[in-house]
Amino acid sequence: MNLTGFIVGLIFTKQSRPSLSVFGAESWLPGLVSIAIMRALAPLVTALITSGKVGSGIGAELGSMRVTEQIDAMEVSGTNPFKFLVCTRVLATTITIPILATFFGVVAVIGGFLNVYVNEGTSWRTFIQQFFEPLTFTDFSASLIKSIVFGFTIGIVGCYQGYYSTKGTEGVGKAANGAVVTAMFLVFIEEIVIVQITSWFR
Amino acid sequence: MEKGKATIDYKNAVIKIHGLEKAFDDYEVLRGIDLELFQGENLVVLGRSGTGKSVLIKIISGLLTPDKGSVEVLGEDISKLNDRQLQALRIRIGFSFQNSALYDSMTVRKNLEFPLVRNRKNITRKEIDTNVESVLEAVGLSQTINQMPSELSGGQRKRIGIARTLILNPEIMLYDEPTAGLDPITCIEINELINEVQQRYKTSSIIITHDLTCAKSTGDRIAMLLDGQFQRQGSFEEVFHTNDARVKPFFDYNFIQ
Repeated sequence: MNLTGFIVGLIFTKQSRPSLSVFGAESWLPGLVSIAIMRALAPLVTALITSGKVGSGIGAELGSMRVTEQIDAMEVSGTNPFKFLVCTRVLATTITIPILATFFGVVAVIGGFLNVYVNEGTSWRTFIQQFFEPLTFTDFSASLIKSIVFGFTIGIVGCYQGYYSTKGTEGVGKAANGAVVTAMFLVFIEEIVIVQITSWFR
Repeated sequence: MEKGKATIDYKNAVIKIHGLEKAFDDYEVLRGIDLELFQGENLVVLGRSGTGKSVLIKIISGLLTPDKGSVEVLGEDISKLNDRQLQALRIRIGFSFQNSALYDSMTVRKNLEFPLVRNRKNITRKEIDTNVESVLEAVGLSQTINQMPSELSGGQRKRIGIARTLILNPEIMLYDEPTAGLDPITCIEINELINEVQQRYKTSSIIITHDLTCAKSTGDRIAMLLDGQFQRQGSFEEVFHTNDARVKPFFDYNFIQ
């Protein structure tokens, strides 16, 4: 997450510079970076990374528990496995992915600043002032809501794929794979829907 | 090893099954099963692989639902129970899985504590420790308390699996292939443990197996499941003292005579 965030911030700034320099508008770079990171990149890239890492992990773990009858064992010992295994994991992803997205945003800002500092010599103070200037409350709240929705999706998809996996070891692989593919697909769909809804409030 | 005398109450059936049918897609696994398990009895269900033995005990524990017929466990018709009632009933039933189904992310201690902590909300730390030590001692594996399931042998895993079910003091024990994949010495130890559990915890048990040594040493009664129905029931000798072409090969190929 550290490395990806830093590189995303750095590369995005670097790639945006030529377009702005045509109009002599390099000073808009911090504002452009802030909008891109806050509105889209931080929640989206965090969700994609965690779909691969956490979603597949949940899918494989629950899938393995299913095929080795550990979930059945929980059920027959009078425990509700759905509450114990699914609710806890969905809650965990829903809470932690917004935190991770915030962290990702901070690291991406540092990456962006480094590029701007090296090329334009902009100070940290000026960069931060320009960074927050175009942002509104809607941007922060939309980003937070997006991360929460993404976190819930990744958790619930991973759990569903694992909890209902069948066919032994093959099923565990399919559950892990299905968790990543389905979660990523849904994350993109949700991104489109939330961006559309947010634009009505802007 | 011959089985010791158990106190069986033939007037009190803890499980009553009538006309039980179960199919998966077009394959009819159970075709009209009638069965009673009496208080204090060890009933062995014998049969070839794929005859629905495990399906039968999964239906009894509510893991699978029957297509037809009634299943009454400890006086409760399981098809009429809601989730909460079924959960309460399951605490009174112990289920020992074929592959032990130990939680592989937890130590032996945590595995044994799990059913207690989840089902007895006001239990103290001291009571938990006492119960864990007691069941571990009952299965003869006190030294494994801090080990992970991956560090245990097949026989030890079976014993810990049985200990985990015993910790809730079940009235009924369901054993799914308790000796499958074990060496002959460990099989004998597991058979002895099943008999010990019957005596010490006063359980009534259904033992699913195709191991005739296990059937002979643990069963008070044997039921032979063939073609989705019980074809023969009785003592070991009664079931196998036959020229029935469907039963005899099972005995001839399986048992060291």
